Amino acid sequence: MPGVLAVLEQRDGALKKVSHEVLTAACGLASGIGGAVEAIVVGPPGIDTDSVGAFGGEKLFVVTHEDFKLYQPEPYAAAVVERVKSGDYTAVVLGATAMGKDLGPRIAARLACPLAADATAIEANGGIKVTRPLYSGKALSELTITSTPCVISVRPNTFTAKENAREVSVEVIQAPDGPNAAVRARTVVVKEPETARLDVAEAAVVVSGGRGLKESENFKLVEDLVDAFGNAAVGASRAVVDAGWRPHSDQVGQTGKTVSPQLYVAIGISGAIQHLAGMRTSRVIVAINKDKEAPIFKVADYGIVGDLFEILPRLTEEVIKARGT
Amino acid sequence: MKVAVCIKRVPDTETRIKIGSDGKSIDETGVKFVLNPYDEYAVEEALKLKEQSGSGEVVVIALGSDTSQETIRTALAMGADRGVLLKTDAVSLDPVVNAKALAGELEGGEYDVILFGKLAMDDSSQAVGTMVAELLGMPGVSAISHLEVADGKGKAEREIEGGVEVVEFALPAVLTAEKGLNEPRYPALRGIMLAKKKPLDVKPVELEEGGVTMSRLELPPPRAGGRILGEGPEAVPALIEALQTEVKVL
Repeated sequence: MPGVLAVLEQRDGALKKVSHEVLTAACGLASGIGGAVEAIVVGPPGIDTDSVGAFGGEKLFVVTHEDFKLYQPEPYAAAVVERVKSGDYTAVVLGATAMGKDLGPRIAARLACPLAADATAIEANGGIKVTRPLYSGKALSELTITSTPCVISVRPNTFTAKENAREVSVEVIQAPDGPNAAVRARTVVVKEPETARLDVAEAAVVVSGGRGLKESENFKLVEDLVDAFGNAAVGASRAVVDAGWRPHSDQVGQTGKTVSPQLYVAIGISGAIQHLAGMRTSRVIVAINKDKEAPIFKVADYGIVGDLFEILPRLTEEVIKARGT
Repeated sequence: MKVAVCIKRVPDTETRIKIGSDGKSIDETGVKFVLNPYDEYAVEEALKLKEQSGSGEVVVIALGSDTSQETIRTALAMGADRGVLLKTDAVSLDPVVNAKALAGELEGGEYDVILFGKLAMDDSSQAVGTMVAELLGMPGVSAISHLEVADGKGKAEREIEGGVEVVEFALPAVLTAEKGLNEPRYPALRGIMLAKKKPLDVKPVELEEGGVTMSRLELPPPRAGGRILGEGPEAVPALIEALQTEVKVL
């Protein structure tokens, strides 16, 4: 019986959180259309894959090579496609991360099969239906997949990882040598930022600042609140990125990142339609703005009206107190 | 240097989306369409590559209906040399179908670099550029925020979660542009006048049937009305309490 292939993601030999979400999405799909969930992870030797069985994988293929410490697009795609061709799968599921957004299209192109990117829901009941945002989240489409296999990438932080213990059998495959010779594009290094804060697309809490902060130096207040939360990232509106106060990697919204954290705190952000498109699927939204008519308050669960320069230090202090750190 | 840029006509980012009466498409009444914002970075980079090499050609290619001619003219006004419209009533919902049509046009074009925007603001699949690289058997680097090209080789940077990947590749290559790659130029009046006379080939294309159909398009559910907890720092304890007890995120 055809199954579902979950493509997992590792960094520095550890599975990323999104991998468990991918397994959960794959289990949901498999329970609707039948078949087992198998998983594949590509990376350097020694990946810690202990949790794969706990999240529903019944078979795991580990494709390793010394050269796979960093994401190498072509050999990674080759490894997954090789697996799809040697097995029998209705769907290939992966995370819509920086890697998945590059790898998914490669797999679909090599298999000449449909791709549904950045899915926020999957319904499997005989056939497969995928919900995915269009127009940067201003509309939701429900797509019916009419040919298989298909590739589905799932939006991080959307499919809550659920434990589903299975007996997993692991097969380690040494990738053929010589990816160097055959590969035409090669990732040579990953430059890490100076500060070790979380990425805005991955953090459970995002604190974003906008024009209301008045100048770049005042982002210190946002950073202080981020540090108080601990598991948080700094986000920014397009206005402050275009003004050069923050790097583009922090931008939330239509020409930046789409985020779905547990908590999104918008500080001094009025809430232009392009910004709302990037954060409206956050679980809880808090807005702090001096203008009580600001559109951000229409999507916020909780709002405080007033001077952010008075409110932020107090909020940071109370968060530290509440977390008992 | 011969550079191709694949572009798309999309609704302006300011657009408030309304769903059409068929429940499967948007109501285009009153919607302003523009050159996809990420494609502006791609066009700019193509022009820079041509300028740096001192010679060459920038060819703009769009897949879409006749209305995309206007979008091609925008890119021509920025400075591209000629345009090609691969004319079809509607693009496919299945990215690989669109990628095949574009790859068919690009194949044999002897381009040194093929550029795309990293994603189109309408379908947001972020797939077609990378698929074209695969279909043409060329190196492909997606969502690049920095590019250096010299001596038939390239080096690009792409943002990943918490870092920046540096990728080296050989030309010809397919690259997709992220915001931050450059500052796109505005078409000057002279450019707009010149663009009207630049060649624009219209080639009808027959798209394959894809493996995806639209069952429904709808607006996202509205968020429940918010609650203003108060004014100034005095409202902070109420917020902390709400986050701890009502939603348990703290």
